[in-house]
Amino acid sequence: MISDKVKLQPEVVEAVVIRFVGDSGDGMQLTGTQFSDTSAMFGNDIATFPNYPSEIRAPQGSLYGVSGFQVHIGSVEVSTPGDNLDLLVAMNPAGLKTNLHALKPGHTIIVDTNSFSKKNLEKALYETNPLEDNSLENYRVIQVDMTSLTKEALKDVDGLDNKSITRSKNMFALGMVYWMYGRSRDYTIDFFNKKFKSKPNLIEANTKVLNAGYFFAETLELIPNSYTISPAKMRPGTYRIIMGNTATAWGFLAAAEKSGLELFLGSYPITPATDILHELVKHKHFGVKAFQAEDEIAGIASAIGASFAGDLAITTTSGPGLALKGEALGLAMIMELPLVVVNVQRGGPSTGLPTKTEQSDLLQAMYGRNGESPVIVIAASTPANCFEYAYEAAKLTLEHMTPVILLTDGYIANGSAPWKIKSVDDLGEIHPRISKNASENWHPYDRDEKTLARNWAIPGTEGLEHRIGGLEKDSITGNVSQAPKNHEKMTKIRAEKIKRVQNYIPEIKTEFAETGDLLVIGWGGTYGSLHSAVKQISEEEGYKNIGFAHFNYINPLPKNTGELLTKFKKIIVCELNNGQFAKILKINYSGFEFLQFNKIQGLPFGNNELIEEFKKLVD
Amino acid sequence: METTTEQKYTFKDFTSDQEVRWCPGCDDYVILRSMQKALPDMGVKREDVVFISGIGCSSRFPYYMNTYGMHTIHGRAPGIASGVKLANPKLSVWVMTGDGDSMAIGGNHFIHVLRRNIDLNIVLFNNEIYGLTKGQFSPTSLVGQKTKSSPYGNTQPPFIPGELALGAGARFFARIGGNVPKDITQILVEAHQFKGTSLVEVLQNCVIFNDGCFNNITNKDVKEDKQIYLEHGMPMIFGKNRDKGLVLNKLKLEVVTIGENGITQEDLLVHDAKEKDPTLHQMLVRLEYPVATGIIRSFDDITFEEREDALTKQVKANSKFKKTDDLFFSGETYTVK
Repeated sequence: MISDKVKLQPEVVEAVVIRFVGDSGDGMQLTGTQFSDTSAMFGNDIATFPNYPSEIRAPQGSLYGVSGFQVHIGSVEVSTPGDNLDLLVAMNPAGLKTNLHALKPGHTIIVDTNSFSKKNLEKALYETNPLEDNSLENYRVIQVDMTSLTKEALKDVDGLDNKSITRSKNMFALGMVYWMYGRSRDYTIDFFNKKFKSKPNLIEANTKVLNAGYFFAETLELIPNSYTISPAKMRPGTYRIIMGNTATAWGFLAAAEKSGLELFLGSYPITPATDILHELVKHKHFGVKAFQAEDEIAGIASAIGASFAGDLAITTTSGPGLALKGEALGLAMIMELPLVVVNVQRGGPSTGLPTKTEQSDLLQAMYGRNGESPVIVIAASTPANCFEYAYEAAKLTLEHMTPVILLTDGYIANGSAPWKIKSVDDLGEIHPRISKNASENWHPYDRDEKTLARNWAIPGTEGLEHRIGGLEKDSITGNVSQAPKNHEKMTKIRAEKIKRVQNYIPEIKTEFAETGDLLVIGWGGTYGSLHSAVKQISEEEGYKNIGFAHFNYINPLPKNTGELLTKFKKIIVCELNNGQFAKILKINYSGFEFLQFNKIQGLPFGNNELIEEFKKLVD
Repeated sequence: METTTEQKYTFKDFTSDQEVRWCPGCDDYVILRSMQKALPDMGVKREDVVFISGIGCSSRFPYYMNTYGMHTIHGRAPGIASGVKLANPKLSVWVMTGDGDSMAIGGNHFIHVLRRNIDLNIVLFNNEIYGLTKGQFSPTSLVGQKTKSSPYGNTQPPFIPGELALGAGARFFARIGGNVPKDITQILVEAHQFKGTSLVEVLQNCVIFNDGCFNNITNKDVKEDKQIYLEHGMPMIFGKNRDKGLVLNKLKLEVVTIGENGITQEDLLVHDAKEKDPTLHQMLVRLEYPVATGIIRSFDDITFEEREDALTKQVKANSKFKKTDDLFFSGETYTVK
């Protein structure tokens, strides 16, 4: 049944946003992933945003148990999962209630009417059924008895229990959306064939339901309000869809191969970082040693041990885990060993919002250790560039002999986007500072004059036996020294070593206006949101006085940062926290007023809220 | 560099140029010298030896060894040593730890390293006290023991290190007094030779804060009567006159005297360190009289690295991925022209 109160005038647009919502057991993540992958194969640019509760199977039908997957597909470049929805697929009342606000007026909702039972309506705190009380009259509602139609489609398939039958209704919804947007079912059918290789009845069932949904939409001639047909104009090359966490893992694989070292991961499971562990444990064929330790501390401890013994060592975690690793990170820092710590940030403090995104670990990354203990801090900014920043983190740690913290966040780690595949041959060289031969004057703390990086002498190398540790050490021999002047000297050397990394990282560049009235500053995972907001305001709304600078290097900051700040009348620092990067800028660049735009809701920035804010500042 | 001729070392080759800073009379000196003497007997190259320690008096150990070493943070040495060994299984890796370092702040790592059975050697300096922080009770201090943090007597019952270790799955456990350098040296060599995690508990006297705590077990004049030094395959016999022994009476170990009540040496238990079932080993480590020393358990089992290595070989043999590019360009890719 389709409510026809809204007159449908389909239009071709550059990009559309679709969100699939349902119970956390309804398979919404799978549905969304299938749609986005299929669209990418078709040639669209895509950006996705999974939003799921921290409960694995939250009570059915509850508002807090709603799991969603949003995908933005475009015939143009898309850099965010989008704000306002063109299509909402709601598998239950709770999904409708919690997501309706995001749907553009006049646009389409597909609902499974079978799930709108009295019980489910009550759980979603609906007093009356929204499908019957005219509260949805500003939308186009497509009511489908999805559960019954799924059962009907599967009546002849043997060996299916009731649960398997109802669980496949998400494929009915997917089939419908495929027809509406003219997408092929092949990729998904191929996926069934691989996933259920040993269960032919599940291949048959899922394919049947997918087809049933597809033909159902065809019969009704369901047309979307807005659709995009042509593939995006993307740079030529071979692409794949990649999730941020996978890209991070692969960046380290590439760095290990390029540097000629073996990769060691010491880790303890924590949301939303665990997928990096899941990915790296698969790659024993490359000699990857992925060690699941007994806790966060043993995770980093084992990585420090592996680093001492000559591996490219990393540890992966999220905020609370970084807090636990703090002491050991200080040890790696004073021992001047290479080590990458990946922090996939989530909402804090404490356990906070484990499955939601936030940028609130920046100050912890900068300062969360005892004593004077600076480390390199860099941040990835898109799902795909997690690859290059993981690679960069490995390169910096191996060449500068100091730990590197790589910050990503739940938003880019779980989000996926097309990645123009990089061959390892095309990546920059990595030169680990390994001492191979004993010479008479060799000392563990001999340093490179330019970088101040010390030597890395690996156990098994004859003649270079030495001891290091957490006690302050003599600036040359590395033997324990508590001498006052030596401690001050060593503290300053360790700080200067980080500062000199400035000479090896790119300068910060502005996009859009190079000088003007407003400089929008961001860092890390907000690149997509900020870029698309400034792009829209500059290119579509004619504002030519707004520049955008996005930071991937936080400690040290790029050399030309101060100079850049002088080129604009106003500066606004936008972050998903209460102003942590703004604090860092204030400490380093006095004499500027740093306005702040902060959001602390566990969600990414919305396009509209950014544009509104920027306009206020320049109008 | 690989050498074809086996190098002959002496203890001097393993002595670093650093001045040893333990208190005069500390048993730590005995352990240090025993280790420096044991290493030449192990047939291992100096550059392949790594000492890892945490925090505490015992943890200064690596500075005094002319090998590779890391003096790390409190309680975490097992984690760090595990990383060293997994990165390079050819190395001989030693964890030097104390009762506080291993069983208080590092308790979690201690049990898990034993459970995994990585081929590491752990030497536990048990002095039943915190020395470096100047005399607080430790997880092995006795109930009633007066210390700086228990002026009216300790109210926390202690761990028995061997009991905890065997409970955690330790395959190799030895216990030895801190005043018998030759025995320590021999046990360290055997710990090295054992494939898997080996734990050696040394009853180490702290001359400053807990002096004499093991006197009634380890002193020369009592040790033969108060200790039973276990050897694999040998009857459980002890005493100055070699006339005491252990038998199993129902579910308890019982001390008997040879020649009394018709008991002969034939009736005594024979020590089987290699038995998989740790029940009897558990009874031995818990025994208060006599205190069991020597190698109490030495059960040969597959190590963590062997399991990992076998899996890696299998995955490598079956994988189509030789280089990362093979992975990156595999599966669902698409080309934009």
